[in-house]
Amino acid sequence: MIPAPFEYVRASTADEVIGALVEHGDEAKVLAGGMSLLPLMKLRLATPSVLVDAGRVPDLSYVRQAGDVIAIGALTRHRDLETSDLLAQHCGVLRGVSAEVGDNQVRHRGTIGGSVAHGDPASDVPAVLLALDATFAVTGPNGSREIAARDFFEGFLETALEPDELLTEIRVPKTGSNGWSYQKFNRRAQDWAIVGALAARVGGSTRVALVNMGATPLRAAGVEAVLAEGGGVADAASRAAEGTEAPADLNASSEYREHLARVLVRRALEQAAAAA
Amino acid sequence: MEVGLAVNGSVQRHDVEPRTLLVQYLREACGLTGTKVGCDTSSCGACTVLVDGESVKSCTMLAAQADGTSVTTIEGLGTADSPHPVQAAFREHHGLQCGFCTAGMVMASVSLLEEIPQPTEADVRVGLEGNLCRCTGYQNIVAAVLAAAESK
Repeated sequence: MIPAPFEYVRASTADEVIGALVEHGDEAKVLAGGMSLLPLMKLRLATPSVLVDAGRVPDLSYVRQAGDVIAIGALTRHRDLETSDLLAQHCGVLRGVSAEVGDNQVRHRGTIGGSVAHGDPASDVPAVLLALDATFAVTGPNGSREIAARDFFEGFLETALEPDELLTEIRVPKTGSNGWSYQKFNRRAQDWAIVGALAARVGGSTRVALVNMGATPLRAAGVEAVLAEGGGVADAASRAAEGTEAPADLNASSEYREHLARVLVRRALEQAAAAA
Repeated sequence: MEVGLAVNGSVQRHDVEPRTLLVQYLREACGLTGTKVGCDTSSCGACTVLVDGESVKSCTMLAAQADGTSVTTIEGLGTADSPHPVQAAFREHHGLQCGFCTAGMVMASVSLLEEIPQPTEADVRVGLEGNLCRCTGYQNIVAAVLAAAESK
């Protein structure tokens, strides 16, 4: 399968990316690693007329401390995150979940920014960033702004990014090495999660996020509320499917996904507590 | 657009459409048909090659993205007379049946052993999760990779 024809623009700076986006408007798409966009283009589900390759912008791949947070360049590959010593010390949950993305080949190419900007509710990384209350730095023709993760994912493959904006940095809190668990349920090791459940201790609270239980990654608000009031794991997990709109497809019905959410949240909470 | 890269150590330069996939480029422009197209949806790993030493699925990468890189395909790994240690181990341990996944399996294994030189069996199984064998011959593939690690 070959993508529909497009004009290819290779940008060497973030400004060049934004300039191309301003010039071509919503006819253009940004290419990072291509692990999400190229399959869509091959299936002709996406047919951008201009592809702006940001993959070689040199200064958008890094993991570093920035005061109270860890700052991650948008072009940092999953491979670099799953092997990051800094994340091992300060945000083990993001390191661990990055290692669960796709397979080795995918992690050698795919980037954290690409995963976030793609906004797929079945992806692993957006859910962990939602759980962490991450902040996304984006830059457009009129300057930069920050978007909270909870305001970023608007719908299925829809985000708060404007067509002429580039995601440049992801900022996550320091959560330490342990105290988290990601339960990913799929048929083959490399597949997207049929359902995924993440539990993580952040500061004094336990955050719970769900993968592939709606049009966007979701926080399990009912679960978090029970835990905040001192309730037990079983009571909390029983509320995992509240407020979700689980899709039905050839892998699972909505009802089965709701069942999985409750089971996986329970396992995630138990293992996160055991690993604390 | 013109794309130039080092393929198995020799410089290749071709004028291609921007939408040309790396696997197409290797097979059709460079004439290197050892790299296979299997699922064509980045699931099966048959198209795995090394880009700057790391395994990638060449059906899900544009030739344009590989411009200026160094690509290694199965043809660049070893020869019949002088096989790469991973190739030799696949032969010795019969890590193949029909052979369709083999080039991708070998390239993924080479990359895996670069990252984990002395893997456990679990490391190998997880490390090759992006490669499917339609003959389900995984047992001997895993044995071959472990043997290759031993032999180095």
